[in-house]
Amino acid sequence: MSQPLLSVNQLTMRFGGLTAVDAVSFDVYRNHITAVIGPNGAGKTTAFNCITGFYKPTEGQIVLTHTDDKEFKLEEMEDFRISQEAKVARTFQNIRLFGGMTVLENLMIAQHNRLMKASLYTLAGIFNTPSYQRAQLAAKAKAELWMDRIGITDRADDPAAALPYGDQRRLEIARAMCTDPVLLCLDEPAAGLNPKESEELNALLRSIRDNDNVGILLIEHDMSVVMEISDHVIVLDYGRKISDGTATEVRNDPAVIKAYLGVVED
Amino acid sequence: MNYFLQQLINGVTLGSIYGLIAIGYTMVYGIIGMINFAHGDVFMVGAFVSLITIIIFGITGTSSVALGIGALILVAAISMVIAGVYGWTIERLAYRPLRGSFRLAPLITAIGVSILLQNFVQATQGARVKPLNAIISGGFTVLEGNDFVVRVTYMQILIVVLTFVLMTGFTYLISKTSLGRAQRACEQDMKMATLLGIDVNRTISTTFVIGAALAAVAGLMYLLYYGVIDFYIGFSAGIKAFTAAVLGGVGSLPGAMLGGLVIGLIEVFFAAYFSSEYKDVAAFSMLIVVLIFMPQGLLGRPEIEKV
Amino acid sequence: MSTNTQTSFDLIGMLKRSAIATIIAFLLFLPTLGLKTSASGGVDGLFLQYRWSLLAMGCAAIFIGKMALELFAKPKDGQQKPAAQASAWAKAIASPKTAKAVAPLLMIFAIAFPFLPFADRYVLDIGILIITYVMLGWGLQIVVGLAGLLDLGYVAFYAVGAYSYALLSAHFGFGFWMCLPLAGILAAAWGVILGFPVLRLRGDYLAIVTLAFGEIIRIILLNWRSFTGGSNGLSSIPRPSFFGLPFNQEPGGFAATFGLEYSSLQRIIFLYFLILALATFTFFVTGRLRRLPIGRAWEALREDEIACRSLGINTVNTKLSAFAIGAMFGGFAGSFFAAKQAFVSPESFNFMESATILAIVVLGGMSSQLGVVFSAIAMIGGIELLRQLQFLKVIFGPDFDPSQLRLLLFGLAMVLMMLWRPRGIVSTRTPTVFLKDEKTVSAAMISQGRG
Repeated sequence: MSQPLLSVNQLTMRFGGLTAVDAVSFDVYRNHITAVIGPNGAGKTTAFNCITGFYKPTEGQIVLTHTDDKEFKLEEMEDFRISQEAKVARTFQNIRLFGGMTVLENLMIAQHNRLMKASLYTLAGIFNTPSYQRAQLAAKAKAELWMDRIGITDRADDPAAALPYGDQRRLEIARAMCTDPVLLCLDEPAAGLNPKESEELNALLRSIRDNDNVGILLIEHDMSVVMEISDHVIVLDYGRKISDGTATEVRNDPAVIKAYLGVVED
Repeated sequence: MNYFLQQLINGVTLGSIYGLIAIGYTMVYGIIGMINFAHGDVFMVGAFVSLITIIIFGITGTSSVALGIGALILVAAISMVIAGVYGWTIERLAYRPLRGSFRLAPLITAIGVSILLQNFVQATQGARVKPLNAIISGGFTVLEGNDFVVRVTYMQILIVVLTFVLMTGFTYLISKTSLGRAQRACEQDMKMATLLGIDVNRTISTTFVIGAALAAVAGLMYLLYYGVIDFYIGFSAGIKAFTAAVLGGVGSLPGAMLGGLVIGLIEVFFAAYFSSEYKDVAAFSMLIVVLIFMPQGLLGRPEIEKV
Repeated sequence: MSTNTQTSFDLIGMLKRSAIATIIAFLLFLPTLGLKTSASGGVDGLFLQYRWSLLAMGCAAIFIGKMALELFAKPKDGQQKPAAQASAWAKAIASPKTAKAVAPLLMIFAIAFPFLPFADRYVLDIGILIITYVMLGWGLQIVVGLAGLLDLGYVAFYAVGAYSYALLSAHFGFGFWMCLPLAGILAAAWGVILGFPVLRLRGDYLAIVTLAFGEIIRIILLNWRSFTGGSNGLSSIPRPSFFGLPFNQEPGGFAATFGLEYSSLQRIIFLYFLILALATFTFFVTGRLRRLPIGRAWEALREDEIACRSLGINTVNTKLSAFAIGAMFGGFAGSFFAAKQAFVSPESFNFMESATILAIVVLGGMSSQLGVVFSAIAMIGGIELLRQLQFLKVIFGPDFDPSQLRLLLFGLAMVLMMLWRPRGIVSTRTPTVFLKDEKTVSAAMISQGRG
């Protein structure tokens, strides 16, 4: 196996007396889909929030490595820097689109940092220099590419809140991808989707894994998504990792069965 | 040292007044998450109603202390009723219709109500300050020092005692009665409270009325203590009382009193030892300091953001 | 849609409700309207005036009003008027095509305004006042409308601009065009200073802190006598000149140089065009900023701060830039104000000013530049009209001064406005970039701060 994209090492998160995540270690690889599953309260979202910078871990290291071998210690970084510098993008359990802004605008905002630099922090933008105009067109083109990929080009100018639920979920993913991440973190992307929408989601994630040279880390409850597309599954229970392997290995792991279904009394 | 002691006494007195007003802010913010910007002006209305009632009863300059206190209790009662009606009306007409609206709408309306109240009183009562002769005067000397005599006036004792009584009474009310339970339920989850059969509208209205009544008492005490009021006292007292509510921890009644005392003391000490012109700056700066470094206040619960 | 749940004409019920309303009104009005404390000038202190007729009139008005409401409109309890039901008129203003057509017309009218026959000194002053408020409204719109940061202390930047101009021109002898950018920079600096402490605050808390900040600045201006002149203010501000030519009757003056007969109106007309130029500059810059990445980031910040951070946007910088740039325009307006008045004092920079500017932005519709123009005209023009209501003296007696009611009606207007159209006249939002159609977004979908 090549070097891991993300290396989580002894990650621990304590809230007062409660240990939500307990010495969890796992690796995430590029061009792989890694799923984190587990019963409710297992600590999945907490671990997720530590990786994406919304919590500061109590202990442990989270190391992200780019292809040029540059390393980022995520446990020390601020949330927006994790996105800006380490190039980790995320979506949210309760979709956080910019509802009052159009689909196109949502995708343009994702390219904010690049556009800000191109506009010389607004100065060049005010005078509408050719180089800024070029950057603006390139950003629009990238947005169009993604709208095409998720099939909502005809709704480009509609407010994001007006989209059907499944389209909103995929838009959020497309928006995250517009930041050119190396790691895409998805928090329950299949929540609330009907079977057809889940299929579309699976197709999108597979396409991203195969074409965009990123690693995908997702939390999921929907086993059809997890078993269908995951290359690698990690199971948490009560904050600890209890299984780590391919989807088939994990499905048959007695520890996992016990966690989800309990032990049958003899 | 004596000077310090005197400021301490004065600060506690002023702080009690702020604390009573702060209770109104903290209860309303706790239950519907809005700053009742007009609350300070309800305090002002309470002061004016008290003034008018006192004049009607003609008790200025009464020599009998018992009669004076008796009459004052009546004045307080009337003032509480009228201020309660104001509080109820404001909530009913200006806030309730906007409860589902976007987040800043109630605050902007509240600003409108505040401006409306201030200028209504100004237009109907005149813009000049209203003085009142002392009703309860006299006090006693606590300490006699070389250069400074420490005095506690009866008025000050009355204010602190009355505040303490009201505070204890209302804390009991909140924690033990069904109203209090209903309030806490609404604070936690209003939809669920409705589903459980709690009359949310009535609970909120009652909260406003109680807050207004307490503010009216504060208004009466302010009037008696300072001897002069005008239509503008609600504005600065309002901000200070709100600071007190935040300092004590929003949603906590003991916190509101504690915050009030702290703000009162800060204001008095700053005026005594540094500059009385800038004393408001000290109090307002406290608000900024508290919200930056200690947003949950002294007795409040920290808020965890859910991502 | 409001559904009328009354199936029959329930007169008894209506009368009952109106009676209750009147009783409540009686309690409210009794101590305030009915009784008035007046100073007798003697030793006894205050005495009471009994104004039963006023009380009766007030109660009667409430009764009649409530009956009228019952008869003609009965909104359901607690139901919010659907914001999506924008009237056709408001939709017309909001549509980008209309804006493109109306704006030039307004501009032409504004340029021609001083030369119209009715434009005397008084009317011109109002015109200047309205344009000043429009400029302030556009500045505050960046902070409140775009970035969603409720600033109740915006007047502080207006004051910084005015006092900077006063001090720079008095102490260093700088001309207007030199002071203007400096005043803007100083105001922007104060915007950043204000911004830092409030970075983590949201909604109501942010509002109160900015209010406190505004008050602190006012108190300092009032008491730092050696620097700011205290309550007396600063008055040695040089009068504006036409690029060096003073507006007087001298041979070297403006009138003489251009071969015109001297008129005191010339200076006023110059000031009018000056503020018009400043406002137009503000219009173009703020409009342009909105379409740039920084403007989109402001709006995204208003919608959802956490989502912004997850996209790598440094929300600290975004907030500070909103404060700074909004403050800058306030500073520009302030320095114009000082130049026009030739006198500044803390009285002009109180909370009422902040509230007025905020009301203009909210009434105009948070995202609409054109809306701000209309609401400024309505508000400031409306307030001025009140001065003309002399006929009210007939009802209330010869001592009655309608301008006293000015602020009262302003407060009432603010409340009514929020009850009727909380999203403002123009409650829709125009996207900043579009693929095919420039469709507007209805207010119901626009977030006003989720944190």
